[in-house]
Amino acid sequence: MKREITCINCPVGCRMTVELSDDGTFLSVTGNTCPRGAKYAQQECTVPTRTLTAVIQVPGSPVPLSVKTASPVPKERIFEVMQAISTAEVSLPVRAGQVILKDVLGTGSDIIATRSLDT
Amino acid sequence: MNETYVDILVIGAGPAGLAAAQAARESGIENLLVLERENEPGGILRQCIHNGFGLHRFREELTGPEYAQRDIDAVRAMGIPVECGCTVLSVSPERVVTCVSRTKGFRVFRAGAVILAMGCRERPRGALCTPGTRCAGIYSAGTAQRFVNLEGYMPGRRVVILGSGDIGLIMARRMTLQGAKVLACVEIMPYSSGLNRNIVQCLEDYGIPLLLSHTVTDIRGRDRLEGITVSKVDENRNPVPGTEIDYECDTLLLSCGLIPENELSAGAGVRMSPATSGPMVSESFETSVDGIFACGNVLHVHDLVDHVSAESLKAGHAAAEYIRGNRPGGETIPVCDGEGVRGTVPQSIRKGAAGPVDLMFRPSGVFRNASAVVENDGREILRKKAMIFTPGEMSVVTLKEENIRSLTSGKLTVRIERS
Repeated sequence: MKREITCINCPVGCRMTVELSDDGTFLSVTGNTCPRGAKYAQQECTVPTRTLTAVIQVPGSPVPLSVKTASPVPKERIFEVMQAISTAEVSLPVRAGQVILKDVLGTGSDIIATRSLDT
Repeated sequence: MNETYVDILVIGAGPAGLAAAQAARESGIENLLVLERENEPGGILRQCIHNGFGLHRFREELTGPEYAQRDIDAVRAMGIPVECGCTVLSVSPERVVTCVSRTKGFRVFRAGAVILAMGCRERPRGALCTPGTRCAGIYSAGTAQRFVNLEGYMPGRRVVILGSGDIGLIMARRMTLQGAKVLACVEIMPYSSGLNRNIVQCLEDYGIPLLLSHTVTDIRGRDRLEGITVSKVDENRNPVPGTEIDYECDTLLLSCGLIPENELSAGAGVRMSPATSGPMVSESFETSVDGIFACGNVLHVHDLVDHVSAESLKAGHAAAEYIRGNRPGGETIPVCDGEGVRGTVPQSIRKGAAGPVDLMFRPSGVFRNASAVVENDGREILRKKAMIFTPGEMSVVTLKEENIRSLTSGKLTVRIERS
């Protein structure tokens, strides 16, 4: 099985072709012009992850609270994690770095505040 | 009217202003003031909740608010006053600055040096010559970003994005994650001006098509936007009949470029560059008006905030040196754009300047396996090879001190040479 992906490491944006076995095991990559590309291709085709950011409405605050996943979460769970974030209940005050949801959906990643909100 | 004297007055508390203020204080300037129009410092980073900031400066990946907080904390720790909710009305060539705020009314400052750090604004619909009706539902991408991230409103449900600048790409993902359907991102040029990372992680991740060499050729809707037509364009950017695609949508976001916000600079009589739409500056970021400096997106639009901070630290140090009466001397050598290059900053270098000096510019197209060449009076003094030069990424060549010492009269030119 072959997959075409674009490298995101630099502006060159190499078009790479990744060869995968039928069970999805990474076999080889061509089209990259540096080792960083090969590393990205393998990661992206085996365990793609993304850092997710969002905002949460906080009662009593005119400005929503911006949050992020403290570590990247599996790409296929992005919408589930967004859903979990949208149901989080937060009250003032909030400090940047504060954990809003511990180990969100068992991904091993916490949802943390990226700004402070005072009362 | 009473005037209050300050050594250095910084206009704007975004990343540029905050970095410049830190550098000025580090260089020993005590009497320093930062004025900010919004109610909080941080500038546009406040609404850029996504991550990817700070990789160069802090060696880690931060969100916009986190990056801003580092500068805000540093400025506070240094005891530098930042006054928010205060709009500067004018700057005179003599560096008399008028401003107004709700709490303190109208005031006048006289500054030893002024640092312009007002940032940039998005190109509005009126500047794009879009066809069709003037209905609601058409926003610049940054306005939509402000609605969603700072004010908690969704601007619409079915969205098309015109222009593939980074803010447009970021908003394609943001709107999708908030439950909207983003139908397409439409770019008139044959390449995107956005970062590869954003094309992959904001469009491809969500299956949003990027239509290159396409533009919006009709906008329909009486009160609210109902639909648009997109057409392919030829090499002269003229729509090709018969290629129309109709989209039913309630929202059109515009991500068609950023323009430095220089009304105050123009009022101060600062000479402007048509290529950057920002002030013309020397290697120490001083404009054509004595003691007025400029840095960050008000000077030229950057891709990365890390570069804004780096540039603004230099401008802050230079303004402090100016206050102390230390100014590079020597002949002024003009810096010009050569073939394939647009908007080189700085626009002049004084021969007495200390190196290194970065020459920053935007390639006018995509050049693969090419070289940036710096020439002085037709004599090559520096060459930098790269696998790619693209308009989406600012390029830099660095003049070392010995390069500057060796300059002869006549201009310095930066050009791109295909191999």
